[in-house]
Amino acid sequence: MSDDKARIARQFIQAIPHSRALSMQVEEIGNGVAEISMPYDERLVGDPRSRVISGGAVSALLDTCGGASVMCHPTGPQGTATIDLRIDYMRAATPGQRITARAECYHVTRSVAFVRATAMDEDRDNPVATASGAFTVERPKAQRT
Amino acid sequence: MTRRAPEPVQVIKQRRDAALSALVRGVPYMQFLGIEFERRGDELTAILPYDDKLIGNPLLPALHGGVTAAFLEATAIIGLSWALIWDDMESGVIDPRGLTPETLPRLPKTIDFTVDYLRPGLPRDAYARARVNRSGRRYASVHVEGWQDNRARLFAQATGHFLMPSRDD
Repeated sequence: MSDDKARIARQFIQAIPHSRALSMQVEEIGNGVAEISMPYDERLVGDPRSRVISGGAVSALLDTCGGASVMCHPTGPQGTATIDLRIDYMRAATPGQRITARAECYHVTRSVAFVRATAMDEDRDNPVATASGAFTVERPKAQRT
Repeated sequence: MTRRAPEPVQVIKQRRDAALSALVRGVPYMQFLGIEFERRGDELTAILPYDDKLIGNPLLPALHGGVTAAFLEATAIIGLSWALIWDDMESGVIDPRGLTPETLPRLPKTIDFTVDYLRPGLPRDAYARARVNRSGRRYASVHVEGWQDNRARLFAQATGHFLMPSRDD
């Protein structure tokens, strides 16, 4: 992916209203791989006693990151939407730490993209959650035949 | 045989509404998304009032898939907790008036959650209801349906498994 394309993809993702609301930041993007991070925020807490960030906020990060990996796939999809996303929660994220998601779009057909993703806190060797999903692939009209 | 006089309806309503409100207010993320719950007896309907910050695709515009997932997961967790506290609340073991985030029963923990996106989430209010399909001592399985304008036209549905809070915790 050219620097120009990566820059456009980055701007595109950071312009999504909900991604902005969660202060998501694109760390890496290109060739079907995306890495997006999100700071710890008291407003995103899901368990008031432990102050652990909510599973829903981690889902939002994984979904955004999955979509971003589809958008930067070398086959150049023009748009994407989630068809299905399964998330496995391995452990509670450590309160106060930034969450980073890394997604890989490992296979695309003409109309479907398959994605795997992992969410981590600062201990990158012990994932907080993993996800796998299917996304739609929007192609330019001419390519569809 | 002596029969106790039934409780005044206002007392019952107040107790149930106080317990529900304590449960929902205790979770900052639900406040952040603006999720509310409506109660009819023990049946709950979750409501996600539309807000610009919930948008994921500004061109359509459509709700963010992550917002839909979070909304359905919140509906499942509150629905499951509500079923768990119902008996204790009705028998008086839990006094809802004294509930704070510190004294609330612990919430179930999500093990896995799968969302099926059936159509784009429109830029308007969304609703959801959870059905507890199985609730054991340690694990529970919950299904959630989400809709917008028409109850029969779901925009998303989800199934999740949850780890139950331990009773002595």
